[in-house]
Amino acid sequence: MTRTYALHAPRRPSRVRPYGITRGRTAADRFLGVERLISTVEFDPQRVLGMLPETAAVYEACRYPRTIAELATGLALPLGVIRVLVGDLAAVGRVRIHPPAADIPDRHLLERVLRGLDNL
Amino acid sequence: MASTISDASLALSAKIVIAGAFGVGKTTFVAAISEIPVASTEALMPVAAAPADDVSFARGKTTTTVAMDFGRIAVDDGLTLYLFGTPGQDRFWFLWDDLARGALAAIVLVDTRNLAASWPAIAYFERRGDIPFTVVVNLFDGQLTHELAEVRDALDLSPGIPLTTADARDRRDVREALRALIRHALNLLPSH
Repeated sequence: MTRTYALHAPRRPSRVRPYGITRGRTAADRFLGVERLISTVEFDPQRVLGMLPETAAVYEACRYPRTIAELATGLALPLGVIRVLVGDLAAVGRVRIHPPAADIPDRHLLERVLRGLDNL
Repeated sequence: MASTISDASLALSAKIVIAGAFGVGKTTFVAAISEIPVASTEALMPVAAAPADDVSFARGKTTTTVAMDFGRIAVDDGLTLYLFGTPGQDRFWFLWDDLARGALAAIVLVDTRNLAASWPAIAYFERRGDIPFTVVVNLFDGQLTHELAEVRDALDLSPGIPLTTADARDRRDVREALRALIRHALNLLPSH
């Protein structure tokens, strides 16, 4: 039997059933790190009515800033699905994707983290 | 509190990757310092059940779930640090790329009873070259069974990569390992 490792397998998650939620789209072109924070912009319960349940769940969850990873865990959806839903909501201004703490780790950020660890 | 809402919208996050072989103590390490119970996030992955060119690929069992554990530390009012453990199975390297992208730094945890299992993780970060990392020997029984120099030798670790020890169950040890990691990252920055 020939063993084929995952690295050589197709990596097209669009064939995977849960991606039906995202109508087959994937997050490949809008990479969002698992640590990126998302927050809802001016939550309006009326807006939830026209949303898919999963989209509404993200919209509601992000009334308090949450990371991509926390959304995936809290809503029990794969990371890729969360990325697409967040991308869609952000595209129409319903959620805000927080900037990364630094594009390139800089001295200021590292020293800030070190101070935080010192204070634990 | 209503007063924190505007502040929350300015919240920032950063991440550190905790890498290493299956069973090396990554989740224990994260749990020792995380202020939330370690959570697990799942990514669906294609399974290599059939050759890539097999037309039946889409009909069989084609996916598996890969878990990535994470925890969190509030650095200060505006910044939260997330610790992400890599999936234990080495074959999910592409998930490592996902986790490593944008990481401040990384720790490779090693178990001296199975040093060979750590080689891929160390090689991964050496090859990337863009993420500062240290290697930490997990003291499973609270004791170091080999001299660190021997471990460094066996791992064929570059002299510039710090090698320390920690009991992954011990919060202070984990904190010190993280502090040493950040200091190492600071040392690697250009002076000006």
